[in-house]
Amino acid sequence: MSDAQAIAVGAVAEDRIAVASNWQLVWWRFRRHHLAMVCAGILICMYIVVLCPDFFCTQNPEQTDARQAFIPVQTLHLFDDGWNPWVPSIAGKRNPVTLRMEWTTDPRRKVHVRLLASGAPYRVFGLFPANIHLLQAVDPGQRVFLLGSDRLGRDQWSRIMRGTQTSMTVGLVAVTLSVIFGVVLGGISGYFGGVIDLVIQRLIELLQSVPTIPIWLALSAALPRDWTPIQVFFAITVILSLIGWTTLAREVRGRFLALREEDFVLAARLAGCGRMRIILRHMVPTFMSHIIATSSLAIPVMIINETSLSFLGLGIRPPAISWGVLLQEAQNIQTLALAPWLLIPGGVVIVAVLAFNLVGDGLRDASDPYSH
Amino acid sequence: MTRYIVQRLLLLPFLLLVYSFVIFAIIHAPPGDFLTSYVANLASSGSTITAEQLNALRHEYGLDQPFVVQYLYWLRDLLHGNLGLSLEYQRPNADLIREQLGMTVALAAMAFVLTWLIAVPVGIYSATHQRSVLDHIFTVINYVGVATPNFMLALILMWLAFAYFGLSITGLFSPAYADAPWSMARVVDLLEHIWLPALVLGIGGTARLARIMRANLLDELNKPYVVTARAKGMREWRLVLRYPVRLALNPLISTIGWYLPQLFSGSLIVATVMNLPNIGPLLLRALVSQDMYLAGGILLIYSFLTIVGTLLSDIALAMMDPRIRMET
Amino acid sequence: MHPTPTATDPLLRVRDLRVSFPLDEGTVRAVDGVSFDVFPGQVVGIVGESGCGKSVTMRAILQLIDPPGRVTSGEILYRQGTEPIDLVRLPPRGREMRALRGAEIALIPQEPMAAFSPVHTVGAQIIEAIMLHARQDGRKIGREQARAMTLDLFRDVGISMAAQRIDAYSWQLSGGLRQRAMIAMALSCKPRLLIADEPTTAIDVTTQAQILALLRELQHKYQMAVIFITHDLGVIARMANYVVVMYLGRVMEEGPVDDIFHAPLHPYTRALLRSIPSLKTETRTALPVIAGTLPHPFNRPPGCPFHPRCEDMLPKHCATAVPALHELGPRRSVSCFLHSDLAEPA
Repeated sequence: MSDAQAIAVGAVAEDRIAVASNWQLVWWRFRRHHLAMVCAGILICMYIVVLCPDFFCTQNPEQTDARQAFIPVQTLHLFDDGWNPWVPSIAGKRNPVTLRMEWTTDPRRKVHVRLLASGAPYRVFGLFPANIHLLQAVDPGQRVFLLGSDRLGRDQWSRIMRGTQTSMTVGLVAVTLSVIFGVVLGGISGYFGGVIDLVIQRLIELLQSVPTIPIWLALSAALPRDWTPIQVFFAITVILSLIGWTTLAREVRGRFLALREEDFVLAARLAGCGRMRIILRHMVPTFMSHIIATSSLAIPVMIINETSLSFLGLGIRPPAISWGVLLQEAQNIQTLALAPWLLIPGGVVIVAVLAFNLVGDGLRDASDPYSH
Repeated sequence: MTRYIVQRLLLLPFLLLVYSFVIFAIIHAPPGDFLTSYVANLASSGSTITAEQLNALRHEYGLDQPFVVQYLYWLRDLLHGNLGLSLEYQRPNADLIREQLGMTVALAAMAFVLTWLIAVPVGIYSATHQRSVLDHIFTVINYVGVATPNFMLALILMWLAFAYFGLSITGLFSPAYADAPWSMARVVDLLEHIWLPALVLGIGGTARLARIMRANLLDELNKPYVVTARAKGMREWRLVLRYPVRLALNPLISTIGWYLPQLFSGSLIVATVMNLPNIGPLLLRALVSQDMYLAGGILLIYSFLTIVGTLLSDIALAMMDPRIRMET
Repeated sequence: MHPTPTATDPLLRVRDLRVSFPLDEGTVRAVDGVSFDVFPGQVVGIVGESGCGKSVTMRAILQLIDPPGRVTSGEILYRQGTEPIDLVRLPPRGREMRALRGAEIALIPQEPMAAFSPVHTVGAQIIEAIMLHARQDGRKIGREQARAMTLDLFRDVGISMAAQRIDAYSWQLSGGLRQRAMIAMALSCKPRLLIADEPTTAIDVTTQAQILALLRELQHKYQMAVIFITHDLGVIARMANYVVVMYLGRVMEEGPVDDIFHAPLHPYTRALLRSIPSLKTETRTALPVIAGTLPHPFNRPPGCPFHPRCEDMLPKHCATAVPALHELGPRRSVSCFLHSDLAEPA
């Protein structure tokens, strides 16, 4: 293209940047972080599982069968003379010396499976009945162990799917609560100042200097043993969020204090805007993106916290399933040596946390208006 | 500066008082008390206890008093330096804590030293050689290290050691030396066992610290005083260490005080997984079985160390950074 | 005005220097063919808008360009002994370059506020510079002596209460004192070439006058060559013997200060001079500004960099070819098709 056209294109590009909204700018900058985009994709896949875990389960996660304990991973193969997915069949033999069942996979005998087949019925969101599953064995009596089975013969793949729902939700809800506490209290503290600020600040300092891990443990241990899993779930979420809100509140307060003095707030006041309007329409949007970036970095911390608590038996309790609960099966070293696939839920934790961290970093870089 | 320290020291007893109340309240929060779980344990092992015996025990331990009265008794004992009796172990709490203290501190100290020795150079290298191959490798290790929960790492390492090397690394001593008197052989045995827990304890912290060091240093490297130093003709590594590293370290030094409470309690979770003698599991058991005085005593010491640790951090920061020193 | 020094060999010759910064979005050609000379004992003023590449040129002389930026071509010939050395060829972190920095060529950086380390005293930083380079009887100087030298320097640059101030931190000093300390540090090893990067931009006008007077006095006393970077034409008029006008990484015009101010040739120089507010213009007239805006660095106009904003643009030449720096007389050059037909090779 000629030089004049080149200049014109450059000018148009500059204009586009000039009229784009803040969110568009953030999105464009985020889009350039390829790694963060990939991780965002991974997270979206995980949250799809959260929405409907039963679709992904190959069988009932609770179904036990002591005779099928510690079955190794049955890898999925897709082709067998054309498109014909199958997993190798397993044959068990009892070791005469150790009296343990030893499983070997027998690739000559295949168990055929079907994708998107109908199976056990379930309800989406507890409302809509459905019975399509991602993968089912052709022969309904056969059980398929894509990721092996545990000590009670339960299918680990299906349990991980259910666990994903619990763990990812707890993280999200806990952080949301933290953010609400933090933004509201921090905002009030920062905007109004004076006595209110003083009181809230001392409260925050008190909470922050209390050692977190022991208090967590104490609070979790304080939950009555006879609560239902749902109650425990919500209680754990609230406990986790109670610890996290203080840092955010301090940051929000700091921002509010600084923003209060900014010229654009003064301009809004001079133009006659009411206080609420100034806060909501003028001040909050300036650090909204920062809050989102910080929150997305807080979610993985919550996930690790919940996993640790559940692992110790103080968090989500069986029969509810979360990643931490699944990892309880891996506590015994001898068991692990026999069945290393029991560590796979840990791998899922690492992937989820890694993905969140990378997305959070990407969001933080993209939303910082001063880094460009 | 001295006024500031004195102010904080004066605030200390008041804070401790508030904490003691909060701690006691939390320990009492679960319904039931020590005897409830004691009875449950008895029942599961087949024995029973009559109602009179139960009431007598309750009275003896003072568990039938109202909450506030129990709290005041505890407070009175504390002020006399008495940490009370463990309901579960039927031994003085001070003894129980002291027994575990030595190993806890040794382990935590080793982890602390390892962490800083590794993280600071790695952070400095990463920042000064941005986008080099090693930087990318370090970054990946960092990210994965931060993403892995401590206990997972412990599990993986223990499993690898067991499955591939046949080493069983739980506890700090092999059975032969567990109760033996101290000797050279025992020390060697200890060293053989301690590296794995120290590594596990340290790795999560190392990854985080290296990342922060890298970020801080990157910020400082762009500042004008670095250009001035270079324009004076200083050697590159010398000027990096003397100026931006010094400033990048400041915020990190201020976190050193936080290690104090950790030295005391070790890492609760990792210690439980690896079956280490540690105050952590002691606290956990006490919380679960509601052994109030033990749990309360440990939590209170922990809080005290946290406050002192914060104060030490602030003092350290003031000493390192003249800007803060002169303004307070 | 200052007497023009006799023509001897130049202390520094910059020839066709080009520096670029490859960024993710594209390559920024910060310096795109700059040439000028500096003679011993002479003050050269480099003037131009923000972003025209003045500071980058200075950094290039000291080989302080941060990666990923690099000098892509050109020469920087510095005459240390009898033979000039090309600074571009020296490894930036090598011993020879480090021996030059601070000792032969010194820099007064742009922001005195941030140019000192906040956790070391100013005295310590100056003593460090002295001990790095100064030698007496071929041996390094001890700390005590360096401290005494620093105190002398402080008195030279007009810092009162030198004995207290030497142990002060930079943030404890006022703007003017800080700048003086900075000057002291730059002069600590008696350099032959001093580069002052906008030394008065960050301070108020009265202090500015004092600092400029100080610089003039020191330059005279030590007979240093000075490269003075600024965007303020008034300061140039006071300080410089010789002026280089830069725009978008290229030299537009250069010459003795009297010629530039009284007989400017390049349309950019003329527009700059016109836009200085003056007490003598009529009231209530609009201030003549230069039309248009500085182009985006990734959007350099083809041909002469100034032509989109130039009133006297020649449509056939200016948009298609870049005018070469044409020497009209001894030390008088201009880069404009109005004065010469020479173009840069494509």
